[in-house]
Amino acid sequence: MRYFTTCLLLVAITAITSAEDVSFNRDIRPILSENCYYCHGFDDQHREADLRLDTEDGSLQAIEPGSPADSELLRRIMSTDGDEVMPPPSSHKKPLSPAQIELISRWIEQGAKYEGHWAFIAPVRTQIPSDTIADGQNPIDYFVGKKLRDKSLEFSPAAEPGKLLRRATLDLTGVPPTMDELNRFISQPDGANDEYEAVIDRLLASRRYGERMAMDWLDAARYADTNGYQGDAYRMNWPWRDWVVNAFNDNMPFDQFTIEQLAGDLLEDPTEKQLIATAFNRNHMLNAEGGTIPEENRTKNVFDRVETTSGVWLGLTFQCCQCHDHKFDPLKQSDYYSMYALFNQVGEPGGVDKRFGKKDYSDEYDKLYAIESPYISIATREQADALKNATAARKQAEKNFSDRKSEYFPAFAAWVEEMRTNTTLIEQRIQDELDRRAVTSAKLDSLFDGNTQRLLNIYFRLEGNEPYAELMSAIASAKRTEDDVQATIPLVMVMRDDKPRETRILERGNYETPGAVVPPGIPSFLPALPEDAKVDRLALAKWLVSDEQPLMSRVVINRLWQLFFGQGLVKTPEDFGMQGALPSHPELLDWLAVEFRESGWDVKRMVKLILTSRTYQQSANVTPALLAIDPDNALLARGPRQRIDSRFLRDQALSLSGLLIDKPGGFAVMPYQPPGIWEDMSFDKNRYFEGTGEDLYRRSLYTFWRRSVAPANFFDVPARQVCALKPQRTNTPLHALTTLNDVTYVEAARVWAAKLMLIEDECERIEQAFLSATGANPDENVLKSLKNTLAKARMHFAAHRSEAEKLTAAGESPPSSNTDPVDHAAWTTLCLLILNLDETLTK
Amino acid sequence: MSLRQSRRNFLGSLSLSLGAPAFQTLLAGETSSSNALPHFPPTARRVIYMMQSGGPSHVDLFDDKPELQRLAGQDIPESVLGGLRLTTMTANQTSKPCLPAAFGGSKRGDCGMWVSDLLPHTAGIVDDLCFIRSMHGEQINHAPAVAHMMTGSNLPGRPSIGAWLTYGLGSMADDLPSFVVMTSRDQEASCGQFFYDYYWGSGFLPGKYQGVPFRGAGDPVLYLSNPDGMDRELRRTLLDGLADVNQMAYEKIGDPEITTRISQYEMAFKMQASVPELTDLRSEPKSVLEMYGPDVHRKGSYAYNCLMARRLAERGVRFIQLMHAGWDQHGNLPTQLPIQCKDTDQPSAALVKDLKAHGLLDDTLVIWGGEFGRTPFVQGDIKNVKAHGRDHHPRAFTMWLAGGGVKPGCIYGSSDDFGYHVAENPVHVRDLQATLLHLCGIEHERFTYRHQGLDFKLTGVEPAHVVREILA
Repeated sequence: MRYFTTCLLLVAITAITSAEDVSFNRDIRPILSENCYYCHGFDDQHREADLRLDTEDGSLQAIEPGSPADSELLRRIMSTDGDEVMPPPSSHKKPLSPAQIELISRWIEQGAKYEGHWAFIAPVRTQIPSDTIADGQNPIDYFVGKKLRDKSLEFSPAAEPGKLLRRATLDLTGVPPTMDELNRFISQPDGANDEYEAVIDRLLASRRYGERMAMDWLDAARYADTNGYQGDAYRMNWPWRDWVVNAFNDNMPFDQFTIEQLAGDLLEDPTEKQLIATAFNRNHMLNAEGGTIPEENRTKNVFDRVETTSGVWLGLTFQCCQCHDHKFDPLKQSDYYSMYALFNQVGEPGGVDKRFGKKDYSDEYDKLYAIESPYISIATREQADALKNATAARKQAEKNFSDRKSEYFPAFAAWVEEMRTNTTLIEQRIQDELDRRAVTSAKLDSLFDGNTQRLLNIYFRLEGNEPYAELMSAIASAKRTEDDVQATIPLVMVMRDDKPRETRILERGNYETPGAVVPPGIPSFLPALPEDAKVDRLALAKWLVSDEQPLMSRVVINRLWQLFFGQGLVKTPEDFGMQGALPSHPELLDWLAVEFRESGWDVKRMVKLILTSRTYQQSANVTPALLAIDPDNALLARGPRQRIDSRFLRDQALSLSGLLIDKPGGFAVMPYQPPGIWEDMSFDKNRYFEGTGEDLYRRSLYTFWRRSVAPANFFDVPARQVCALKPQRTNTPLHALTTLNDVTYVEAARVWAAKLMLIEDECERIEQAFLSATGANPDENVLKSLKNTLAKARMHFAAHRSEAEKLTAAGESPPSSNTDPVDHAAWTTLCLLILNLDETLTK
Repeated sequence: MSLRQSRRNFLGSLSLSLGAPAFQTLLAGETSSSNALPHFPPTARRVIYMMQSGGPSHVDLFDDKPELQRLAGQDIPESVLGGLRLTTMTANQTSKPCLPAAFGGSKRGDCGMWVSDLLPHTAGIVDDLCFIRSMHGEQINHAPAVAHMMTGSNLPGRPSIGAWLTYGLGSMADDLPSFVVMTSRDQEASCGQFFYDYYWGSGFLPGKYQGVPFRGAGDPVLYLSNPDGMDRELRRTLLDGLADVNQMAYEKIGDPEITTRISQYEMAFKMQASVPELTDLRSEPKSVLEMYGPDVHRKGSYAYNCLMARRLAERGVRFIQLMHAGWDQHGNLPTQLPIQCKDTDQPSAALVKDLKAHGLLDDTLVIWGGEFGRTPFVQGDIKNVKAHGRDHHPRAFTMWLAGGGVKPGCIYGSSDDFGYHVAENPVHVRDLQATLLHLCGIEHERFTYRHQGLDFKLTGVEPAHVVREILA
């Protein structure tokens, strides 16, 4: 009876559908992956009923190709019997929809053919028929246009020149165009394509290009200026950050960019720069919490390297394979640990082994550095000499003290032993709690043990042994000098395979339960390494950039696309596996991927190709009809429009006001931050030392990034704790409060206002402010509205003069001398408004 | 399709507005496999989580063990330790002598729960509380253990409980964030722990679901105050002008995100009024202030935060996370624990009483507990009373819950004779999380979010169980 019903249903379904071909990859795999693979997929540990549906062979158990009615699979997904229906109710998955059932039925009818997962097959360039592409037409527009025609849509008109210039300038440099640049570009006659190309070339040649491109790479590489975890001490990996900026600016081919970061140390005679590049895999957090177990910490470091590397270059999420074979993708747990083995040969101790402090602001160490081996020291000749001298001086001071040990130590040791025997003495003699603890824990056989030193200090103070106390303070002073010199010299944590280790599978990802030994290697389902190759990180890096590699070129070009369009052609940049999104334009993605590789991994060339496409240059305006058809702009029938990354919003405000200090690289800086944020999180142990002068106005790229709490005026940014590959864009009142009230923006508004006030004509001032902030000239209504607000603000301040003086004093930059406070405050209000316009916040 | 778009805009503006679950469901449908939320009628409409960071000593405070008394000073049997891992602070300590509860205590209330004399106020309300003496986890260090408790994973990057709840259930307040965090510490600042923003982060959920820190000093919410020289009237003028031009932009550009932005700026303006009202304690009767103790007048203190928690609960904030540090007594337990208890006991109990008096306890779930307990054996020299303590211990510890559909006057689970392992009715951290979600009307197995191709849930991949025995 059930069988009969099924047949009837099938007849009904078949009758209403067209004969269009069903594509396994497009139509069927997503359904199977979502609903079936968890129990009937790749992971044989958890496979139910011995049935696997991720391979054609396996599927034959439940599918009769060509005959839906005889296929158990179809019967089960259509069943209404709770004990039979698939997916079972206990899986908390919804029953398949009639449309999904219908697709599967048709697919079976058409032979139930499987296809390899698209992303695991090397991309092939689709040949563009020469008669379908106009001379000089950008191939991107061919693919996008074809899809638009299929959907009976067309490209939007070109964006207004000013808007386009602003979009491209922000996209490539992270700051808006200057008034001069805008005026020059807008005054070009229509259709001056050469001019636009020249603009792109100019922007690509700007140093700011590298700074802009580095931001997202730093997010992916979880770069920060502290270690995270307990203490969250400082580190000094910033030369790596500068290496990234320079690599983008020099247009380093992306294969080299890849190889040097993953395996620069394994190249023949690596240069210092190539070693710095390997800090990529040392940018992870470091746990130095008291009581942590080094092997556990070290294991976490290696996990992070595997996951970051596979996310960034393969677009695969490996994390679940720490514990078991992947449920959806053909990734085995042993693959995970084979890759783990590649990153497991570093002589890192699993905790920091180089600590020093810097006392910039007080006698307490206010900056604590904690570095883990291996690291390299990037010192100039002078710095190296200075450090050598300072170290020698400190050692001499220590020697002066230890040489006289016999004079004071026996009595001191007896003094400690006395307290150890009679603990009531501790209380009498010692006030501070940590000092008291030192009585028990001091290692008296070591004169320079921290606790011994602590107690010696107390002892000398109490006993009044002046000469020895002086010798001790000489050591402290020499140590301080040494630390001060050390703190000027970056110690960059790098990769170095100096500790060969056998790698075992860690059962359930736990370092305490090692299992079978695995050889180093790469995921077995992907093309193999060359047979004779030594299997190490260098082999991995070369394999990633090899011609056969199906994922890497797509994954990287997809993120490049995402940078400019707000979302990738594959909407899940972090997951190109079977659970990931399918590409919206598969042919375009593959064409770009091949082009990228064949261009010699030329990033600037690809960027230029994208930015000079008609697709990119379209107006972002949208009609209700188009919005209804394509709310997310997946079809690309309009230009990109997104709120600017909050870090570049800050750069934009600084740039518009003229405050921006365009100084490259070096130590991170600490611009404005409301007091108490670090202190609250760390119980006053981490203090924020707000910078002065130039430090307040450097680009956001150089803002000091503490992992336990990100810079306060950045929002929708990754925490820089783990790899992040996808931008966040939310819209909350807290963001509004930031750009309305943070002194960064208020100061920018008042400095910008003073600059504008140098222009005679008020109307012109408004026009210029609006144009430079939005790339468009204000129309009459906008102008009227802004004038109206200005007038109201002026009236307000005329009645509240002292308020005007306060507003125009925001920030540290000098007050403007020649402005009337009332007028200046009114203009400041207007500038703050303009900085907060949707058109200013959005590119 | 147009529905999808309008939903996005609607939800964009929803982060602070009424969160009709039905609309949230639409969003969930896009990214998660969950059904309509809540899955069933909740007993808790909001949650106050009082995180006692550092690891309160269960053996001193709640889990009295005569066996520790009997074997005081003698090594804890190896068979109890079982070769399981310890932190490197005590792993190499040559002897591990039993250290009995140092401060005395007695069985209290009708339920007969043993409570330390250090916690007289908590002892006074035991019949309103539900004690779980069989909590356990795996993490032995602070940061991973707190992260596990608050986010379900010991590594950073997962959404915190509050983020999950506000994502799933939306907000009930239209002028306050739906997830608020407040931090405090012991007055001596003797502990070395730090807080990380991923303890209240949104992980892979959209950033708007992360906890909003309310600070003790300066602006309660970052950047809340207008700049010097710009009063509320002028801000209104600015915002009116801004909305006017933004509206024109919308008419030209057609991007619905612009209207969302207009409403977010309005919401910001509202918040600027509602937050100061919230933090103005002048409307609180003297008797209420006194109930929380003298510290309540000190902004940023635990007592102040407890009172603020009630005020936030009243105003419809869904998840209130208090983070209080100072329970990490490795080497100062005999001296510091009494101070720590004094700082926290009265305000914690006052909050429960106050919620009850305001009729809020019935549908507010209150949770008190740390990321782990402390070792039944001593850390340091057992003779050195001024400088010894206990190490971290996640294998058995005690927490308490109140209100929100939890059985009052309940004692659940127990540890072994040493307070070292769970003896009966174990409650894993993920079981507690599953139970919390259940009280909020959510079946934890069905509440998932698709990220990197996987359906993540708060309770992770290991089986988790709702502790039905403690449900009222």
